[in-house]
Amino acid sequence: MKEREEQNQFVKKVAEGKYKYGFTTDVETATIEKGLNEGIIRKISAIKKEPEWLLQFRLEAFRYWQTMTIPKWAHLNIPEFDLQSISYYSDPTSKKKGPESMDDVDPELIDTFNKLGIPLEEQMALSGVAIDAVMDSVSVKTTFKDTLMEKGIIFSSFSEAVREHPDLVRKYMASVVPHTDNYFAALNSAVFSDGSFVYIPKGVRCPMELSTYFRINAAETGQFERTLIVADDDSYVSYLEGCTAPQRDESQLHAAIVEIVCMDRAEVKYSTVQNWYPGDAEGKGGVYNFVTKRALCKGVSSKVSWTQVETGSAITWKYPSTILKGDNSVSEFYSVAVTNNFQQADTGSKMTHIGKNTSSTIISKGISAGKSVNSYRGLVKVTPNADGARNYSQCDSLLLGDQCGAHTFPYMDIRNETAVVEHEATTSKISEDQLFYCNQRGISTEDAVGLIVNGYAKEVLNKLPMEFAVEAQKLLAISIEGSVG
Amino acid sequence: MNIEQQYIDLFEEQYDALCHNSTELMNAPRKEAMAHFEKQGIPKKGVERYRYTRLDDVLKVDYGVNMQCLLPKFNPYKEFECDAKGLGTDLHFLVNGVYYDKKPSDAEGVYVGSLKKFAAEHPERLRPYYNRLAAAQKDSMAEFNTAFVQDGLLLFVPRNTKVEDTIQLINILHSNVDMIIFRRILVVIEQGAEAKLLLCDHVTQQQRYFSSQVIEVFVGENAHLDIYDLEETHNLTARVNHVYVEQEGNSNVVINGTTLHNGLTRNDIYVDMIGQGANVELSGMAIADKEQHVDNHTFVRHKVPNCTSHELFKYVLDDVAVGAYSGRVLVERDAQKSYSEQSSKNLCLNSKAHMYTQPQLEIYADDVKCSHGATVGQLDEDALFYMMQRGIPKTEARMLLMFAFVSDVIDQIRIPSLQERLHHLTEQRFRGELDQCAGCALCQK
Repeated sequence: MKEREEQNQFVKKVAEGKYKYGFTTDVETATIEKGLNEGIIRKISAIKKEPEWLLQFRLEAFRYWQTMTIPKWAHLNIPEFDLQSISYYSDPTSKKKGPESMDDVDPELIDTFNKLGIPLEEQMALSGVAIDAVMDSVSVKTTFKDTLMEKGIIFSSFSEAVREHPDLVRKYMASVVPHTDNYFAALNSAVFSDGSFVYIPKGVRCPMELSTYFRINAAETGQFERTLIVADDDSYVSYLEGCTAPQRDESQLHAAIVEIVCMDRAEVKYSTVQNWYPGDAEGKGGVYNFVTKRALCKGVSSKVSWTQVETGSAITWKYPSTILKGDNSVSEFYSVAVTNNFQQADTGSKMTHIGKNTSSTIISKGISAGKSVNSYRGLVKVTPNADGARNYSQCDSLLLGDQCGAHTFPYMDIRNETAVVEHEATTSKISEDQLFYCNQRGISTEDAVGLIVNGYAKEVLNKLPMEFAVEAQKLLAISIEGSVG
Repeated sequence: MNIEQQYIDLFEEQYDALCHNSTELMNAPRKEAMAHFEKQGIPKKGVERYRYTRLDDVLKVDYGVNMQCLLPKFNPYKEFECDAKGLGTDLHFLVNGVYYDKKPSDAEGVYVGSLKKFAAEHPERLRPYYNRLAAAQKDSMAEFNTAFVQDGLLLFVPRNTKVEDTIQLINILHSNVDMIIFRRILVVIEQGAEAKLLLCDHVTQQQRYFSSQVIEVFVGENAHLDIYDLEETHNLTARVNHVYVEQEGNSNVVINGTTLHNGLTRNDIYVDMIGQGANVELSGMAIADKEQHVDNHTFVRHKVPNCTSHELFKYVLDDVAVGAYSGRVLVERDAQKSYSEQSSKNLCLNSKAHMYTQPQLEIYADDVKCSHGATVGQLDEDALFYMMQRGIPKTEARMLLMFAFVSDVIDQIRIPSLQERLHHLTEQRFRGELDQCAGCALCQK
């Protein structure tokens, strides 16, 4: 009990600081001029000294993107934003050639990541996490590369992978999310700047958690990173992703792509704690998060598991999905999405069953408070050949306050008679009885709400790796701070 | 020429004939409705509400229109018997959308009969109701109906009156050429009144039909209304049916739809709950095989606190049939203490049958209990095995399970004799014996 109280006190203290990652870092940044045209794309490609095929890929995507319009189907109120008024490339490390060792990295930068709680250095050995940190558009530092290399694991920034492993990148890039997929995927394919690349060779179990931390720092820039994870036969990797951005009045755009390819009997666990700046209490500023995440279970008995905790962003538009192509492949999606103040989230998952005896699970927990709008949108599709497909979806929504909205839009598209698909959803508020029970035992209403929310989200939080679970719990408490009247 | 243009031209050419054979109340909104239809057109690909049903193919057919409101030579009261017979109902007929005249009922103040006739005699009494709900939704297919419709049925039950007998309306489509039919049903149940309405759809000849039906329902405080809708047509028939319901406080509405035989069916049910304590129960069952297409779309709006809504839809699909259910529940900001549940359960018996299900919740109030569930699956192997072990042949066992599966939708019906009849009909349908309605003189010709 006492311990819990201490924890609550701590959470409160943290919460009073509001968005604690709202600082900016004063590092020298090379940003190219604002605007979006073929010239800019050629310029980005030239700065990054990319091979011709990649430039052609970008240009093709750009030309396709020009024919598209912003999708309007989501339950979101997306303000008009001018894609010509942001800069598509910002490089905080440009004054140097690129970090070889810790000494080469700008001390301000290390400071930033320390403030974020991501020590890039040896202390990480204790927790056993290898990190690739991406600030604005460029990968700043990847730790533990050498240790991983010994096992044949490739974990590097995307641009480095393009240089060093062009065949691998070329083979798998855009194989899961083609540039024609959607508006933001096309935009990302045209202007993506950096990101992470992971390759786990056959039969290797990655000994540590791999992690990427994304941060938008410079003003009036957008972040467009790409993550590509390839898990070869019989391999395993757990990958973590975290995001923060400084507090700014104007909104920032984040449009990323994550692609995962999972071969025979491989397993990938992908966890995200998304804490982009959500805008202030009046709904000013904040990150617009339009992300395309998709995994392909290419091999037999492969497994992909998505876990996400979404607390940030002014607008979240994100549907991590899995294509279950290999027979007996499995996919899971666990999500907690919290919205407060004027945040809007339209998020969920898409499971496409193609192989035989494939199974998928979707567990989604939405929590809305303040004047926010939180929607679950999901699709379960079973193709005619997917004999024995099995899906279970559960989405629950919790409403804290009478000004918010919680919606559920599940789609099911079943074309096979042996499929078994179930969907359940509930929406309710915190029960008066539970609150009364806590109050009776001397727990203040505010703390009780925190407890109940954490309990509600437990099913998902339990799926997160240890380090992240703690962070996620704190985030949850902060996000709903002040929403209890 | 595109499909819409044909009807726009027809409307302009035949406007005078349309109006001449109808009445002022129904003529008034025609032009505006047509303008909306012209603007929106037939729902195209990408229109979310019509996501699962494409109407352009069925509307491509060159249909005839019964502009002159002609009636057939036979007397349906003598020659036609619906499958749901022997129910002791008060029987009425619409043949090709035109009311087949019958002596009005004696009950005081209750009117069941031709919408056109009543509207001509007492337009002021229907003015607050006619086309109010339909026009508000601006659905192009309902506007299409408003522009062309000439007659239909009116059920008017005054305050605190209870209509004992179930009112049965049989819609007969009877023609030697392909035909498009428009009909309108207006139901006004005043405060404290009670009525039950059974709608049956039948066709008599193997022609292509497109029937467009709009039902507007106004249910007053403490009033009760049941609507049962039984569709038994053939696979060349397309039906687009819009039901708009407005419920005042403590009213109780049951809408139960059964699709036994059809070609393409689209049912749109909109319910607005504007008075506290209202309750609505929507349910539907479809048994579809061959190339049948059944799409039920529901939209329930909780506008005020303390309302409840229940939805239960069950489909059994075989061959290359397509089933779709999309239900939306909207709980508005002030509608606290709302209770809502949606359930969509479906059986696919074949790998080519195709089921879409999409239950949706949109909630803006915090003190609510809302849930939905959807399943798609097949018959329980264990249950089959259990029955076979006990000497029940596999086909029979399957039949029993399917029959049990749909029976809870039938059990929602509050008329025991109709319930029994439907149990019988579904059993026949599962056994493949029900290819046309049994017994009536017309079908046996």
